[in-house]
This record gives sequence, structure tokens and C-alpha cells, in this order.
Amino acid sequence: MEIPYTVSTRPDTGLWNAKVGIWLFLASEVMLFGGLFSAYIFLRLDAPPGMWPHGLLNVPVGTMNTAILIMSSVTVVLAWAALKMRRYRAYWWYMLATILCGVIFLTVKLVYEWPQKFDHFGAYIKPEELGKYEQYLGNEHAAAKGLPPRLEITGHLHNRAALNDPNIKDYEVALDPVNADPINPAMDRPHFFYMPPTDKIAKIEKEDVQYATMFLPKHSAYFASYFTITGLHGMHVLGGVLVFIYMWLPVSKKLYQRNPEHLANRVEVAGLFWHFVDLIWIFVFPLFYLL
Amino acid sequence: MDASTSLETHHDPHAHVAEHEHHELGWWRKYVFSTDHKVIGIQYGFTGLIFLFFGFSLMMLMRWQLAYPGQALPVIGKFLPHIFGPGTMPDGKMTPDFYNSLGAMHGTIMVFLGIVPLAFAAFGNFVVPLQIGAPDMAFPKVNMASYWAVFVGSIVMLISFFVPGGAAKSGWTSYVPLAAIADSGPGHLPVFNGQTLWLIGFIFLITSSLLGAINFIATIIQLRAKGLTWMRLPFFVWAQFVTAFLLLLAFPPLEAGIIMQLMDRVADTSFFMPAGLVVNGAALHISGGGSPLLWQHLFWFLAHPEVYVLILPGMGIIAEILANNSRKPLWGYKSLVFSVLTIGFLSFIVWAHHMWLTGMGSAVSAFFQTTTLIISIPSVIILSAFFISLWGGSIRFTVPMLFATAFLPMFGIGGLTGIPLAFNSADLYLHDTYYVIAHFHYIVAPGTIFALFAGIYYWFPKATGRKMNDFWGKVHFWPTLICMNVIFLPMFLQGMAGMHRRWYDGGQGWTVSGDHTIWGLTGFQWNTPISWAAWIMGLAQIPFIINFFWSIKHGEKVNDNPWEATTLEWTAPSPPPHGNFVTTPVAYRGPYEYSLPGREQDFTMQNEPVEPSERTRRKPPAELVRA
Repeated sequence: MEIPYTVSTRPDTGLWNAKVGIWLFLASEVMLFGGLFSAYIFLRLDAPPGMWPHGLLNVPVGTMNTAILIMSSVTVVLAWAALKMRRYRAYWWYMLATILCGVIFLTVKLVYEWPQKFDHFGAYIKPEELGKYEQYLGNEHAAAKGLPPRLEITGHLHNRAALNDPNIKDYEVALDPVNADPINPAMDRPHFFYMPPTDKIAKIEKEDVQYATMFLPKHSAYFASYFTITGLHGMHVLGGVLVFIYMWLPVSKKLYQRNPEHLANRVEVAGLFWHFVDLIWIFVFPLFYLL
Repeated sequence: MDASTSLETHHDPHAHVAEHEHHELGWWRKYVFSTDHKVIGIQYGFTGLIFLFFGFSLMMLMRWQLAYPGQALPVIGKFLPHIFGPGTMPDGKMTPDFYNSLGAMHGTIMVFLGIVPLAFAAFGNFVVPLQIGAPDMAFPKVNMASYWAVFVGSIVMLISFFVPGGAAKSGWTSYVPLAAIADSGPGHLPVFNGQTLWLIGFIFLITSSLLGAINFIATIIQLRAKGLTWMRLPFFVWAQFVTAFLLLLAFPPLEAGIIMQLMDRVADTSFFMPAGLVVNGAALHISGGGSPLLWQHLFWFLAHPEVYVLILPGMGIIAEILANNSRKPLWGYKSLVFSVLTIGFLSFIVWAHHMWLTGMGSAVSAFFQTTTLIISIPSVIILSAFFISLWGGSIRFTVPMLFATAFLPMFGIGGLTGIPLAFNSADLYLHDTYYVIAHFHYIVAPGTIFALFAGIYYWFPKATGRKMNDFWGKVHFWPTLICMNVIFLPMFLQGMAGMHRRWYDGGQGWTVSGDHTIWGLTGFQWNTPISWAAWIMGLAQIPFIINFFWSIKHGEKVNDNPWEATTLEWTAPSPPPHGNFVTTPVAYRGPYEYSLPGREQDFTMQNEPVEPSERTRRKPPAELVRA
């Protein structure tokens, strides 16, 4: 027994089976990420003024990752086109380039971007104690300029033990530039380039803090959705890379020698998925990095 | 097509002799890790039936607590603490936590492990490829993966009964913030607790449904036999096609919600947690900023289309059986197809009618009330077409037909009692009462489950080559029909008397309408006859179970088309071999050509070529066809 239309197209639909399958799968993926993005919108619209952080992500690095992912979408098309022209050598190189792009993207995300966040600290000050930390928050300046209030002090936590030890009464934080110099007009908007914490140390009494944590998913609705969506997106990238590696290994050359069109179809289907993963990132990047 | 195209399914290049090769597959590959749609369908069928009975057993336990609150359950009550743990039924008396676990898991298991695997996956897998004349599903390996995903999901759900604290207990809806803080804290393990396992199990169930849905749609689009155009598809195939789309597009947003609730539980995020929550007298140390309403939206975005996932395959089964046993074409085939498509579309924009009490705002409520009332129109069209199909038929009251005819008024009651719930002002009173329980159980219990029984009796000969016993089928049918009504009809009255659906003591402590009796019994006292009916209905399933297994080996042997039906699955041998058909089928006509004038037999199969005499009068006068 064989399943019809696995490689050739069905005359009245003009499609082979896997192409129908992948488009249906992508439709469900649209709904999955659609659900997550809707949640993001829902939570962001619900957030009180000052409770939705801005400028906490590294924009140049995100831009670079965006470029890498777009580039890989181009190379995967070239790989497919090479197969269609039966140029296996060229296919092999383009596929390698695609895999490398995916790996670089994931490495940047997992080795650089995420750990940098895990190492950063933020403390939301109780509403009634905001005045006490005016020198770090600059809320009078913000109010005069019509900016949303600043409720959180961020930076590098010097005494990490303070997170769990109830005997330590305050957090020692090397302040981020925005808290080190809050009334500087240059700090009114997030910066394009990442600015590391300054040498200026602030002591924040735990008594005055409403909620303090490292930049983990539990930090805020913002980071919760950032880590969930980029994490899920990262898993999609990983899945795509694994499939591409399988198609690049010698085992797929055997399929190519038997039936090159079959391999081309597989690359086309995987490529469609890859474009979708790319497209999701095109939404993730502005939503979290820029807006 | 060249031989390499068979790579997806066989590594043997001589795929055209695959039928011979099939017999060389080992036992494990043939019956357990099989890629054959019929084997997978039967696996799904057994899984679904087992879980339907298990979910029903949970309810039979709860019915004891409702009828005799606080009393020790005789005999069984002594054993249960040994199975489910000492905290569940000490001395045979049910604890509130255990009652809540039973309630949440009854709903979850019935819907996601009982009816979806049976109605959608089992019947869809077994019947759809046969009805469209396909050798198998479009992606056999994906098909196998989807079964094993549901298997893993079901095991995770079962394990959750035995972890410290017991299974999930926040209702099948898992409303937050209750669900996000349940089963945590002292006495609970970090991940191996009821609610977290519920979420993890769900991810597997969703994966399974998504893979299945993709497979079904691709199969129906791509693998229809030659000549089987869209308007020649049996209605059952249309119903499964729409159902697959509902699962494909409605499940992912719930998956997003499940992932977020999982994050809330294991990573302490606050997707669904507002700031300022106090639990056990202490403020929760969370960031806040989340929204409980968000969960409800994501949940019901799936769970309302899910209602149609539960009923549409049942309607498809009923359509096949009604046409076959009334020996006349299904009335209004085109209206049925367009109605089912309309239902599929509208079911995506009615979800918030489950949320009238959340204070969404009257504008939102007005919108969803309108769409909800509109969706009743295609449902009524379908039910009316079914009733009219019986008109003037030469009805054969076979066992499948008994269940199918019982389906019609039962589904009618379920549907019509839903209309008061669709109006948000009426729902304010009826919400979360037993009225709601009665309403949706009339649709899924004597509705869908009757359709499933009908389908099992109907296609059993195709799967085994033998018929199930008629007499015992009737012994199964009549008590089940009576008990269903004794169980659910009084619940309307209880609900209107104000009895809340989640009360642990059956309303005893609230003295529901203590002075006011309905037919001599108060709201609380009605629990007793309901419970007895439920237990008797449990006993009434024994003839079915025995009949089912006995008939596999010893049932009456029948030919390939015992019901004298017209659709393509009856042209295949019974049971169909690997690859299904002896000769590749070609369809020449519509699916329900019963009692065609000028024919010797009263049925004309889809693969019978159109005769020259038929061509001369392409459209026979309507009164002849419907005579």
C-alpha cells in the first residue's frame, strides 16, 4: 500500500499532502502565538501607569538577531532553489548557512541575552515610600514632563544574599544610569545602545520595597510574557534547526539520489515553517524591544 | 508514482506488494505501534470507552455524596482509601477535597479523554478514510504519534490521582486564581501535584488533537477517491472535517493559556494573578499585574468550540444511520452541509456567553448574546432535517437506529433548554446551577453518547465482520434511555430551585427550597432518585460490555454490507485489510441513493456507475425520490 500524492500533486487541488499539512499546522501556530500576543496586549492595556517597563532589553543585539533570522530565511529559499535545480553541492552550503544562522540566534539568546537579564535586579518601591527615593526616581521631573511615574529602581545587586536572607535589611544596588541620574533629560527615553549599571550604589531598605526580584519571569507581566514568548519561539527555532540538520546530513543525500523531488518537497515544507518562525520574531522584536 | 514515494510509510521499495509485506510486521508493529488508520482508530476507541466508563465511575462516587452526604459509602468505601490515599475517603466518608477532585476530573476525563478520542479520533480514524475511499490517512506516522500523545496525556492525568494532595480540584475549567494556587504549599510536591500534572497532561492532549486535526483535514482534501466530489461526501465526513478545523484553530489559544498557567505555577509569574491577593491570611509574594479574566477568555475560546467538537461527530453518525435505516435520502443534504459549516464559523464568536457573570460589560454581553442566538439557527436546521428525513421512510428499528432516534428528542431538549442560558439576564439566575448541568448533559450524554453507541453498533460489523447481538443491544438501550432521563430531567427542576452545581453536600446544608417541593420532593431530596438512576445506568452498561467483547469472536457473521448501505466503506471487505480496498474505489453518485426509482434494490452504492437509463432523466421528480 502506498499513500497517494506524497510527492506528486493531486490534479484537482494542485498540492501534495505535506504542503496541505504544513499550512494547516501553521494556521494552528498562528492561533497559538495569537493567543500569547493577545495576552500580551491584554496585560499591557491593563497595566497601571509606570508598571510596564521600557528600555530593559538590548536593542542592537536584538536587531542583529533579527537580521540573522531574516538572512536564514533567504538562505533556506536558496537551498530549496538549488535542490530544484539539482545542484546538491550548493544546497549543502546554503543549508549549512541556514543551520549556522539558527544556532547563532539561539546562542545569542541563551548565552548572552537571557543570562544578562537573570543577573539584573529591580525593586518596586511602595507607593507611600516613593518620596524617600526621589533622588533615584526623579518623579517630579517625570511629572513635569508628562512622563509616566517611575516606580522601580533597577541595577546590579551587590549583596545577592539579601534576596533570601531575612536578616539583611537592605539591598545594595549599583544603579542603572536611569536611576543614577534620573533628572537628566537624556534619560527620559530608553536608549538604543545598552548602558551598563553605574558605580553609584544605592541602599534600598527592604521595608520600603513592595516587590523585588532579579529580572526573572516573575519580575513583572512584561518579563513573564517576554520569557514565555521568546522561550516558545526559541523552541521553534531549535526544532527547525534539528530538522534542517537531518536534511543536511548524509542520510538525506541518499533520499536525494533516489528521489530529489521528495527531498526538495521536504525542504520546502521545513522552509515554510522556518519562514513562520521568522515572522513570529518580526512581531516579537518590536513588541518587546522597541515599543 | 515511483517506489520511493512510499518512504513515509515503508522502507520496503516494493510498496505495491505492501499487503503481503504487512503480514510480516511483528505483533508490536501490527497492533501496538501501528500506522494503520483502522488499528489506530480501534486503539482510540478502546481508550475512549475505558475513560468514558472511568469518568462515569467518578460521577457515580459523587452521586453517593450528593444523595447521602456525610454517610459512609458501603463496601466500596472501605477499599477506596487504599487506592486513592487515606485523605480521600476516611472511613468511607468523602472529603471535600476528594469531591472537588472527582468533579474536576469527571469533566476533564469525559470531555478530553472520553468523547474527543472516541467521537473524533476513533470514528474519524476508522470511518473517514474508508468513506472517502482512501488507503489510509495522509500521514500515517503522524497519526500514530497523535495516538501516543493522547496515551501519554491520559497516563499523566491518571498519575495525578496518586500524587500527594490528589488530582486537580479547581473544576474542569481550572479558573484562576484558585487553580494557580491550588495544590501548592505544605504537603504538595513542586511539579508532581494535581493541578500542575493536569496542565502538563493537557499539553499532550492538545498536541494529539492538533496532529489529528491536521491529518484529518489533509486526508479529506487530498485522498478522496476519484469522483468523490465535495458534495458527494457523506455528511459524517463533513462533520469530521468541520470538527477538525475547530480543534485546529481553537485548541492553540488554550494551549497558550495552559503554558501561562504552568508558568504561574512553576515560575511564579503573574499572568492570571492580580496584585494584592491574600491566601491563608498572608499576602502572596508575587508581582501581580495579571488578569483572571484573561484565563477565562482563553479557556472558553477553546471550550465553546469544544462543545461543537463533542456534538458534530455525533450528528454525523446520526445522519448516516438515519438515512440507512429510513431507506430514503437524507433530507436537505446541502442545508446540512452549509449548516455545519456555519456552526463551525459561528462557534468561534460565541465563547464569552460562559462569562456573563464576570462583569465584562453590557456591550460585550450584547454581542455574544446575539451570536449565541444566531448559532441556534443552523443547529435547528440540522435537527429539523433529521426529523424530516424520517418522514415517509420505511424505517428499520435496528439497534443503531434506536439510539439514533433517541438522540433526536434528547438533543432537542438539550438544545432548547440552552436558549434561556443564552440570554444574559436569564442566565444571571441560572448560571452555575444544576439547570446548566442538565442542559449540557442532555447534549453530550443522551445526545453525543447515544450517537457514539449508535456508531459502535453500526460500524462494528465493518471492524470485525460480525454483528453485535440485537437482543442485548435492546437490553442496553431501554434502561439507558430511561435512566438518562431520570438523571437529568429533575436537574432542571433542582437548578430552577436554585441548587448550585458545586455544592459538596448536595444542597442539604443550604436547605434548597426546603418548604417548596417539586412532585413531592425538595431540591435536595431529588438527589436520591437521580443517584439511584445513575447507579442503575452503570449496571445497564454491563450488557453492552459483554455484548461488545462476546461479539468480537462469537457474533453473527455478516457480509461486507450488512445494513444495505450506500457509502464507500461498505464496499471494502470486513474487516478491511491493510490498504482497505480490493480495487481502488471510484464514486459515481451521491452518498444517500436509497430507494432509487426503477431499481431492484432499495439502495444504490456510491461506486455503482450511472446507467444510461438514469442519464436520460438526470433529475427524477422529487416526489418519486422521497416517496
